[in-house]
Amino acid sequence: MSAVVTFPEWQGLPLDDVLFHCRELLEDPAYPTVRRWREAGGKVVGHFQVYFPEEIVHAAGALPFKVRGGPVEATQADSHFGSYLCSIVKTSLELVLSRHIELEMFVTHPICDAARNLAAVWGRNFDYPCQILYLPQNANSAHAAEYLRGEYDRLRRAVEAVTGAEITEGALRASIGVFNENRALLRQLYAIKRETPWLIAAEDAYALVAVGGMIPREEHNALLRAVLPQVRAREMKQQDRIRVVFEGGFCEQPPLDLVRMIGRSCYVVDDDLLIGLRWILEDVPADGDPLHALAEAYLERSSYSPVQHDLRKPKERMLLARIGAADAQAAIVTAAKMCEPGLEEQVAYTRALDADGVPYFVSEFEENMTSFEHLEIQLETFVENLLFE
Amino acid sequence: MTDLTVDGTIVGRGNKDGARLFREWFDGLTQAAAEGRGGAYVFVMGSLAELLRTFDLPIVFPEINSLQTAVRRVAHEYLNEAEDYGYSPDICGYVKADVATQLRGGELPMGRIPKPAIAVYTNACNTYIKWAEIWERMYDIPIVTLDVPGSRADGAQTWPGNPDFENDRRYVQAQLEELIPQLERVAGVAFDIDRLRESMAQANAMSRAWKRVLELNRSRPSVFNALTDGTIFLGVANGFRGSAEGARYFEELVEEMEYKGEHGIGTLTDELYRLIFVGVPCYPIFRRFSELFTELGGNFVSSTYLRFASGGTSLGFEYDVSHPLESLAEGLLVSVRDAMDNMFFQTGILLEMIDDYAVDGVVYHPIKSCRTVSTGLADNRRALMAARDVPSLFIESDMMDRRVVSEAQLKNRIDAFFEGLAARRQQAAIRDS
Repeated sequence: MSAVVTFPEWQGLPLDDVLFHCRELLEDPAYPTVRRWREAGGKVVGHFQVYFPEEIVHAAGALPFKVRGGPVEATQADSHFGSYLCSIVKTSLELVLSRHIELEMFVTHPICDAARNLAAVWGRNFDYPCQILYLPQNANSAHAAEYLRGEYDRLRRAVEAVTGAEITEGALRASIGVFNENRALLRQLYAIKRETPWLIAAEDAYALVAVGGMIPREEHNALLRAVLPQVRAREMKQQDRIRVVFEGGFCEQPPLDLVRMIGRSCYVVDDDLLIGLRWILEDVPADGDPLHALAEAYLERSSYSPVQHDLRKPKERMLLARIGAADAQAAIVTAAKMCEPGLEEQVAYTRALDADGVPYFVSEFEENMTSFEHLEIQLETFVENLLFE
Repeated sequence: MTDLTVDGTIVGRGNKDGARLFREWFDGLTQAAAEGRGGAYVFVMGSLAELLRTFDLPIVFPEINSLQTAVRRVAHEYLNEAEDYGYSPDICGYVKADVATQLRGGELPMGRIPKPAIAVYTNACNTYIKWAEIWERMYDIPIVTLDVPGSRADGAQTWPGNPDFENDRRYVQAQLEELIPQLERVAGVAFDIDRLRESMAQANAMSRAWKRVLELNRSRPSVFNALTDGTIFLGVANGFRGSAEGARYFEELVEEMEYKGEHGIGTLTDELYRLIFVGVPCYPIFRRFSELFTELGGNFVSSTYLRFASGGTSLGFEYDVSHPLESLAEGLLVSVRDAMDNMFFQTGILLEMIDDYAVDGVVYHPIKSCRTVSTGLADNRRALMAARDVPSLFIESDMMDRRVVSEAQLKNRIDAFFEGLAARRQQAAIRDS
């Protein structure tokens, strides 16, 4: 257990209050958990969406913080970018320019053409190390795991230099254990969403996942261990809502109000929101070479997203499988505004859904959007058509 | 050796021959399409044409095809067709023009391209990968990513002997070794390492000459316009890489540019301002865009485009043909990395260019279509301005979509930029007198 408790607000409270504090934390632009960690002398490594091997930072005793933009105006960051960009790229920079978040290191990934630029942009504005972690784009090469093991070793050395802490194999194995527990708890949460979605509101389930990127993972585990049994014990009745899969939240996140709005007429039984936190689908072996185990898990025991190309995982087939596994009646196929990979994937998704006769609702969103009335009317019409057909 | 004194045709030869080679290339593609042969679809940043050529596959560059629709002012028809198919107005225009081209059975204003038999592409642009996935879905063809890790941070490039470089090189080489059997299967041609050596030797000659051509534009007046002439050179650099015609073309181009330099023959009658172009050209008004600068005495003497859109071959990396696969891996890694550095980490590169080419101003042209090139340009401009007192202009439009190209607005900004350049020169003259 880490020495600092960064998110004490929920402890000892009833379930509804716990969930309230999770939602509040998620929308708090002051990022109090990161501030508390730093005030206690902790170091923070920010990592941009989608997936990051947080275990490596955790093993150095630092806090891996998921950089995923936020509902803030990009007043300072705007002058650093051009016009035709997704919001998350701008607001992520805004959070650090405005000192809402302070870091010791920043890592981005070649997930898309905009995100890859962030190492250069941040590097020109901050003195701390800013770099690209080149996760393999050829997941089908037999050499990809060995390459990634080497890349993780490079990252390990960089994190050691920043934190001053040696990252031993033992520490890595211990961190893998912490994150394995976390992944197992998140799988339990998603099982509740699929099997008894009326027990937890869509926005609450989302907030429970999202706070994991903002607090030490031991704290997240403790939170989930406390909350999940209480959710299962709730006595709530199933309502007349359709079961949907939400797709399009792999990078930029929809505002909580949008998730809440969807939850008013639908049960979101599965989604790709913050898929990076749930990227690895099974336990990572804690024996053997830990860096190789992490690399192998990234490639071989993982989910899918529009920003990872893997011939074994055609995205539209994966979406149909997700819909089938969740016994969903329909899909909400979204993309963040100006998100090239998301918008391109929408075409493949909708054609596959058409071919398989799965109803879908197509939309775009932006993390800063505040008006949902028009969208809600459209979605309600879509839902009514399904309910009364 | 060309006789420079007989008819004087050496001046302008590069543009004329470039246009001829381009027509011949397209005639070849049209012929291949008519014969029902499948093509190897590749991209400009890491095309591996020197390898693909040895399998006798027609080589198709969809980026070049797409930009041609804009230059020939029909891009909007293609974009509309792809948008009707479902693609968003906010994605890359090149992708959409190609989707429409495929829907039209390969028909383009310049001819007809073969359907893809295989796609081979690097990750220098992430959209390459998404683009290839479209062909995979349309045609059920093999698509092969050649993942080339780039620089992790500005100035953090590693070199042979460094463990991190060797990790990258082993990965790239392994992927090349996995690619070759796939090419054999698709082409029905056995891999011939001696043909590869020959092709690599031709690529070496081209890279050497390409690097020299770029250097030659340091002369005053500059011997070519990096935006207009340079785009013709780029077409040959990409379409003919690894071929004897391509090597010869560039060797002759060096000859022409040296001749022009030695004789003080500039591309403008009166070159008042030497400029750098950063970004991707405005193809919907390609000539006019250039004229907005040249009419006021500005010439683009260099650009990042000539570097990244040639896949980094401007570095002049030369293969060791005695170890072809190892060297191909190293060359691909170093060159594509350099292409990416010219897009992401270009501050130092531009500062060097400013000195080497005696530059008066820097023109940034981010575009709607391309986040790879455009995302960091505003921030880069801030960094450049902080590092060097050099005037700069920041104008946005697009490489394909005329709906976001406003010539009047561009002209206003460009005119004001030149007024600033003139005032600055006057002030300097007063200061110096």
